Amino acid sequence: MSTSRYTREQMAARVAQDIPEGAYVNLGIGLPTKVANYLPAEKEIFLHSENGLLGMGPAPAPGEEDEDLINAGKQPVTLLTGGAYFHHADSFAMMRGGHLDICVLGAFQVSHTGDLANWHTGAPDAIPAVGGAMDLATGAKEVFVMMEHQTKTGESKIVERCSYPLTGIGCVSRIYTDLAVLDVTADGLRVREMAPGLTLADLQAVTAAPLLPATDKQQGD
Amino acid sequence: MIDKTFESLEQAVAGIPDGATVMIGGFGNAGMPSALIDALIAQGARDLTIVNNNAGNGETGLAALIKAKRVRKIVCSFPRQADSHHFDALYRAGEIELELTPQGNLAERIRAAGAGIGGFFTPTGYGTLLAEGKETRVIDGKHYVFETPLHADFALIKALRGDRWGNLVYRKTARNFGPIMASAARTTIAQVAEIVPLGELDPETIVTPGIFVQRVVKEAA
Repeated sequence: MSTSRYTREQMAARVAQDIPEGAYVNLGIGLPTKVANYLPAEKEIFLHSENGLLGMGPAPAPGEEDEDLINAGKQPVTLLTGGAYFHHADSFAMMRGGHLDICVLGAFQVSHTGDLANWHTGAPDAIPAVGGAMDLATGAKEVFVMMEHQTKTGESKIVERCSYPLTGIGCVSRIYTDLAVLDVTADGLRVREMAPGLTLADLQAVTAAPLLPATDKQQGD
Repeated sequence: MIDKTFESLEQAVAGIPDGATVMIGGFGNAGMPSALIDALIAQGARDLTIVNNNAGNGETGLAALIKAKRVRKIVCSFPRQADSHHFDALYRAGEIELELTPQGNLAERIRAAGAGIGGFFTPTGYGTLLAEGKETRVIDGKHYVFETPLHADFALIKALRGDRWGNLVYRKTARNFGPIMASAARTTIAQVAEIVPLGELDPETIVTPGIFVQRVVKEAA
């Protein structure tokens, strides 16, 4: 297979294209955080952070950091004009009550029915930590996953059944990888887009779950 | 005349017994009531059950309490961090018990305790390791897990300003767990940057009304 993979920056830009003006969005820690860099300035999009802010802005200029103004990754951030602070129960009501339009999460594995595994490797010596991942996975209207298509050793991260401990069942709606954009549908995984030069057969060869070709309707929408 | 203010941090943490369940506000270091925690370390209470989102960062605040081996058990959502080495060491040595709770369940369990609710059904965690052994129910075709309220003997929280009736306002994302923990503990102790005369806090913007707060102390003399 000779093809160019999407870079992490291109993946972030691609996710950003699918976030409409007016959306309330939570970006997970790690790769999803990069999406913020590609949200067009002319669109008003509300970024939520589970530690209690809506209308999150970019990192402050050096020297302007405020220890009382951080994001879920505990990094200093800013608040946009019109933003708001609130306590943790209100913040999680936004997440659990179906008020967030989109959350973007990283993952270890996603199954072809949209099961998500992203919080724990299950290794006996690992200290488990879950944070807000399970709340986002079950509470947001749409759960987008951003991840490399394969592990460092070449195994597919898209699987028939997750082998890592689950975060949520059937919760993922769309997967963005360095090789493709896939929709989780009632019929199975449907390919929306592929990296340049890639054929469906190429993609299937590195994906451990059956893929359906893009429909005309999807290509046109 | 009702005056909930205390002259010293030492007086403010008096009476916290060995074996107490103590909620500690903060998300990372934002909102961490470090002055009260230092006073608690000096006070000497041990075998504590601590409720916090994390398990300490670096050397100060909750990390110092853990390092001093005063914590028997911690209830939290995200213990494992780059700088949670004091917790990590005691956990691996089997010297501290961990009850891991999804962050939204943690917030809602605290809120439920404060509101007198005997438990609630939530979809968060359904089908995962963190729901094993818990009661489940199908409501309108959706799966839910039963979660119980989380009460505490004491809550230590940090606010920006307070008055002698215990009314509080917070600063930016340091608010996080403060308001809900204040409602869930039998005795809530608030460290504030400033104690203001009664009437100075705008009643339209008081975040925690004084009914939830028993002791107020200035964080530094």
